[in-house]
Amino acid sequence: MNNPQLNKQGELHHLLSTEGLPSRILFDILDRASAFVDGDGRGEIRKVPLLHGKSIFNIFFENSTRTRTTFEIAAKRLSADVVNLNIGSSSTSKGETLLDTVDNLCAMHADMFVVRHAQSGAAHLIAKHVAPEIHVINAGDGRHAHPTQALLDMFTIRHYKKEFHNLRVAIVGDLLHSRVARSQIHALTTLGVPEVRVIAPKTLLPSHVEKLGVRVFHDMKQGLRDVDVVLMLRLQNERMQGAALPSAQEYFKYYGLTQEKLALAKPDAIVMHPGPMNRGVEIDSSVADGSQSVILPQVTFGIAVRMAVMSTLAGAK
Amino acid sequence: MNIQIKNGRLIDPKNNIDAVQDVYVAAGKVLAISKAPSGFKADKIIDASGLVVIPGLIDLAARLREPGYEYKATLESEMSAAVAGGITSLACPPDTDPVLDEPGLVEMLKHRARALSQAHVYPVGALTYGLKGTELTEMAELVDAGCVAFSQADAALTDTRVLMRAMQYAATFGFGVWLRPQDSFLARNGVAHDGEVATRLGLPAIPVCAESIALSTMLQLARVTGVRLHICRISSAEGVALIRAAKKEGLLVSCDVSMNHIHLSEMDIGFFDSNCNLIPPLRHQRDRDALRAGLQEGVIDAICSNHSPVDDDAKQLPFAEAEAGATGLELLLPLVLKWAQQDKRTLAEAIAKVTVNAAHIMNIDAGHLSPGAAADVCIFDPECYWKVEAAALKSQGKNTPFLDMELQGKVRYTLVNGQLVYQNT
Repeated sequence: MNNPQLNKQGELHHLLSTEGLPSRILFDILDRASAFVDGDGRGEIRKVPLLHGKSIFNIFFENSTRTRTTFEIAAKRLSADVVNLNIGSSSTSKGETLLDTVDNLCAMHADMFVVRHAQSGAAHLIAKHVAPEIHVINAGDGRHAHPTQALLDMFTIRHYKKEFHNLRVAIVGDLLHSRVARSQIHALTTLGVPEVRVIAPKTLLPSHVEKLGVRVFHDMKQGLRDVDVVLMLRLQNERMQGAALPSAQEYFKYYGLTQEKLALAKPDAIVMHPGPMNRGVEIDSSVADGSQSVILPQVTFGIAVRMAVMSTLAGAK
Repeated sequence: MNIQIKNGRLIDPKNNIDAVQDVYVAAGKVLAISKAPSGFKADKIIDASGLVVIPGLIDLAARLREPGYEYKATLESEMSAAVAGGITSLACPPDTDPVLDEPGLVEMLKHRARALSQAHVYPVGALTYGLKGTELTEMAELVDAGCVAFSQADAALTDTRVLMRAMQYAATFGFGVWLRPQDSFLARNGVAHDGEVATRLGLPAIPVCAESIALSTMLQLARVTGVRLHICRISSAEGVALIRAAKKEGLLVSCDVSMNHIHLSEMDIGFFDSNCNLIPPLRHQRDRDALRAGLQEGVIDAICSNHSPVDDDAKQLPFAEAEAGATGLELLLPLVLKWAQQDKRTLAEAIAKVTVNAAHIMNIDAGHLSPGAAADVCIFDPECYWKVEAAALKSQGKNTPFLDMELQGKVRYTLVNGQLVYQNT
């Protein structure tokens, strides 16, 4: 089966998932992103007119202020023209099909679509459908993938830990419904992290998750032992209604990240979270605001990584 | 019209025939096999040299989309697809709009189908009104109008008391009840098999136990009520095992499988190919292998197309939003042949799965070419390869996982009641 993300020369043409991408492509993006981060240590993002004259359409079928804003900032740092489309309030509510909406936008001469949709596979469908010169970036499709989030997480890990090949990484929380977790797992294993752990109650783990190359833990205290990186996932309120969990309180007691549980990890372990956080549900405030948390730097790095993705796609011919 | 089908390899599983023998047709019926009856003068001679002559195929599940879903397909288009596929009898499920739960609707459908003079259409009536699973339909009246059995199609029937009563009532008259085993709670919102592929793709999933739990319930109730139970579209190894045990016990149960499920697995979804969005879902390769073993053993009696034409717009959506189903009338024969060839089964054994066995399940006298039988015949070229493309299909549904693939086995002639209704030479 042809890899829908790569062109015939093996270069990145769409970014739809971290699954199926060779490690050199992931490292390329991380290296490019490094170049965009200001070297003087203040962590500011440079403005580089690489995408001057290009149009980037943010097509969000599912609401998101944070991701859309970082894509917009990233595009503008590259001097691209940005158009934001909040589809929920427009044509699809009038009955227009997804592909009709996409066709109309193609006719407006976009160079790149950044797409977020509530259904798994939406980005693949759009990528299959658009004209060959248009690039598609998946900003999150259902439970399936959120590749730019995973890439910024990898960038963050490399920034603080330097190497991947000697790390123990734990992903904690609702993996069943998480596109972030799936993309993180593929990126971590591709980049050579030797031990990826998942920590969750059985109701929040997808079946056969170990086939993705992870070690499964139901006991968070066991799972966090000697870990270098803790990747927390958000717990949505709907999980209690769906009979997956009894209460946020019990979840916090057994699966919430507290100082006490964090102490079981390595002393220099870093704590990450894709945001937005539910304080007191999956993470204690003292940890979120504590010295081991790198949650805010993640956001800054996210701009550089998205700039790297966009410039990589635009550069490939 | 007197027809002589000459020099074809005649395969009639019911009568144990697999030999080069002529078939003589007159007044819509098979007159004789092998030797011309005295005084027989053929008005038409079909030269079947190099071709295989079999009873017309019998398809246990073909959605014709009428009444109600004419934008997906019509009787005209689907009936012509059926005979192009060598299918001369088909059973259509009751999930039309309105549902086939009134004798008047059944009569109208039969009348429309008869007027087209193509394949015989045998409606399967709704077991409950509107398929809602609460009130029984007038089963005796529906059989009088032409129904051959009763089913819930893909609608849930969660009230086990209603299910038991429905089976008891059907058993009173000796009517068959056809059910697809799926626990609606466990399957809710699921679109793919609960396995590695659904996990990777982030698709809501249906575990195997959704089938095995419902199937256990159905088999137990069949034991209690004595109803003639037919299990539709078995999809898992666990399901096959349950049927095997039930048959061993002597329960009155039969079973069919969809042609897609004996060839495909969850892996074929690939990058979210919505043509592989099927009900039941495509499961693990081990399940597929168990289905094939079940066919070989006879645990699974018949193969059907589960023909469900879907318009392009309804398929060109993200996987979970796309409408489930695959077109299939024209692929049934080549896919049955492909199974036979791969698993080294005889042609007779394979053809039985879509002729005599299917007829037995439907309780009709068909699927064989004994003298006196209706002259429903399929003549095909077993060697000919053809490409499955939209233009090649007569069905309005172009939605099949086999799109752009080459299949072997092409129908050349189809006769219904001794009339040549399809020719492709």
